Amino acid sequence: MRLVILDEYDLASEWAAKYIRNRIIQFQPCAERYFTLGLPTGSTPYGCYQKLIEYYRSGDISFKYVKTFNMDEYVGLPRAHPESYHSYMWNNFFKHIDIDPANAHILDGNVEDLEAECQAYEQKIAEAGGIELFVGGIGPDGHIAFNEPGSSLVSRTRVKTLAKDTIVANARFFGNDLSKVPTMALTVGVGTVMDAKEVMILITGAHKAFALYKAIEEGVNHMWTVSAFQQHPRTIFVCDEDATLELRVKTVKYFKGNSNNICCHCFLLWTSRNCSQ
Amino acid sequence: MPSNKSVSDAPITQFINCRILRDHQLQREDLWVRDGRILDPEKLFFDEQGYADKRVDCEGSIIAPGFIDVQINGGYGIDFSQASEDVVAGISFVAKKILEHGVTSFCPTLVTSPPAVYHKVPPTLEPRWEPLVLPQVKVHNGGAHGAGVLGFHLEGPFISLEKKGAHPEQFLRTFRSGGIEDVMEAYGSLDNVAMVTLAPELASSQSVVRELSKRGITVSLGHSVANLAQAEEAVKHGASFITHLFNAMLPFHHRDPGIVGLLTSDQVPAGRTVYYGMIADGIHTNPAALRIAHRAHPSGLVLVTDAITAMGLPPGRHTLGQQVIEIQGLNAYVAGTTTLCGSIATLDMCIRHFKQASGCSVEEALEAASLHPAQLLGISHKKGNLDYGSDADLVLLDDGLNVSATYISGDEVWRRGP
Repeated sequence: MRLVILDEYDLASEWAAKYIRNRIIQFQPCAERYFTLGLPTGSTPYGCYQKLIEYYRSGDISFKYVKTFNMDEYVGLPRAHPESYHSYMWNNFFKHIDIDPANAHILDGNVEDLEAECQAYEQKIAEAGGIELFVGGIGPDGHIAFNEPGSSLVSRTRVKTLAKDTIVANARFFGNDLSKVPTMALTVGVGTVMDAKEVMILITGAHKAFALYKAIEEGVNHMWTVSAFQQHPRTIFVCDEDATLELRVKTVKYFKGNSNNICCHCFLLWTSRNCSQ
Repeated sequence: MPSNKSVSDAPITQFINCRILRDHQLQREDLWVRDGRILDPEKLFFDEQGYADKRVDCEGSIIAPGFIDVQINGGYGIDFSQASEDVVAGISFVAKKILEHGVTSFCPTLVTSPPAVYHKVPPTLEPRWEPLVLPQVKVHNGGAHGAGVLGFHLEGPFISLEKKGAHPEQFLRTFRSGGIEDVMEAYGSLDNVAMVTLAPELASSQSVVRELSKRGITVSLGHSVANLAQAEEAVKHGASFITHLFNAMLPFHHRDPGIVGLLTSDQVPAGRTVYYGMIADGIHTNPAALRIAHRAHPSGLVLVTDAITAMGLPPGRHTLGQQVIEIQGLNAYVAGTTTLCGSIATLDMCIRHFKQASGCSVEEALEAASLHPAQLLGISHKKGNLDYGSDADLVLLDDGLNVSATYISGDEVWRRGP
């Protein structure tokens, strides 16, 4: 695992966006070979999306040959509702870039047969050749996507009932009215994300610190589903200082030291060779 | 990218680099148009997986809904109330010229006129047959040929003698037969009529207000000496507009505010709004009066030009209805008097003056010439705003609110030269 610690939110967003940008450029996607990207929603990745839009606008990157697969969507929330994940992705990302609408995939929480929708989604990912880079976030209860505590660590895309913690955390988007927050969602499984070639988890803010501690300093546990990625060959956790507040000083020093020495060096060398600043 | 537009094959235009007026705010958003209507790009993206065929770079312009003028008597030498050889051509000529002011829809206004202007009169009653105006011009959409006609605004003849203004006295009328019969006798037909201005103190006028409102015609109060109670009565029966507030009515009095009092009346039925027209040319209303009205009732303010024949023409003498007028600068008087008889300011001039005089926001100034007149006429489901599904009648403006281009149904119909 790599743990990349930046001083604060904006720098973490920028680092993550640059990483995504560089991976796409390096992949050299084309009509025969698309770059498949898994995407999250929420307040954490917002800054990262802003940066990616900036890179698109300045001509550093194109999403023409990128296929995206979002992690989740609420069940029963109208697609046009301002808090649906479709609305989030449209307003905060898709409408600003040049992605082909046919390549932007998001689970549909309003279909008759939710099971079939989930299976079809897994199928689409497989047909796209699997996910090259899956970007995700982490909930305060350590969940990845909507894989709430207790979710199987080998789960696939399915319908999930949301945990109380999640509903409370989301209430702020629904006028702080708990009764208006959706109680179910469609989500990619832990197993689905584990299938990706590379996983990047964004974690910022002190309220996520305990979850980060549980995810990387304790064991693999289905109560903290992000911990599953301890067993993935290529995972990067990108966080700000505040998110490290519950980690051991030794852990933080080790990874900060790493970043300052070897990995950073290689990374910088590679980025300077591959793209404009 | 292969196109997969499942709803329609019509080309999609995306206006970029612009600030659009939506939800009462100027927002940095792109505007999408298809089939002459504003399109929801999110639905296009997710439902149809469609994208734009053409992009128009607005270079930072403001995009506002096309302006709507509900009181315009003519211009560029054309007088709508003057029955002429070719009425349709005259209205079309003005309709084309006002595109330059950002006006995409309007109500050609007829001042008090002899019966022959409104409908055919048997030859035995008139020494010579005069071509009629009213039935020849149908409600129709605008386009490259000119702004759309929403219907006539008939200002008179059922108005007050004392407040006739520039209207010819000999053609004023009262409701002798008791109401709607007089109306039909005067106008002949109410097809293609969007609005009627009348004086509510006239006997039997309330039944007329009711009847016209029932037929979907906007009833406006003006050229009247009504007191507040009479005005409120008319509003209860359906009247919803005040023709050029302050002009041709009793002045505000603190014990009987008259028609002006409607702006803050508590007798307006729930859910209804009384709108009021203002000629913001700096001449018809003192800026202080404009501010008082705006502050008292900002959501009801409708900017109108009340433009006359001479609008767009050089100074001198011209004809309005049955009278002669004289232009001096931005003032137009009944020849030989100091009675104002209409304005020669264009609607975009009025918007700029209104914003400067009232200190209101850009959004408020623009809505007074687009959203509010559309709401007044009950057409805000398709005009006067940039909501999804509305007609794509647009004005592109710079920060000084000068018109740089006009679009009707998504097609460019006028652009300012370099």
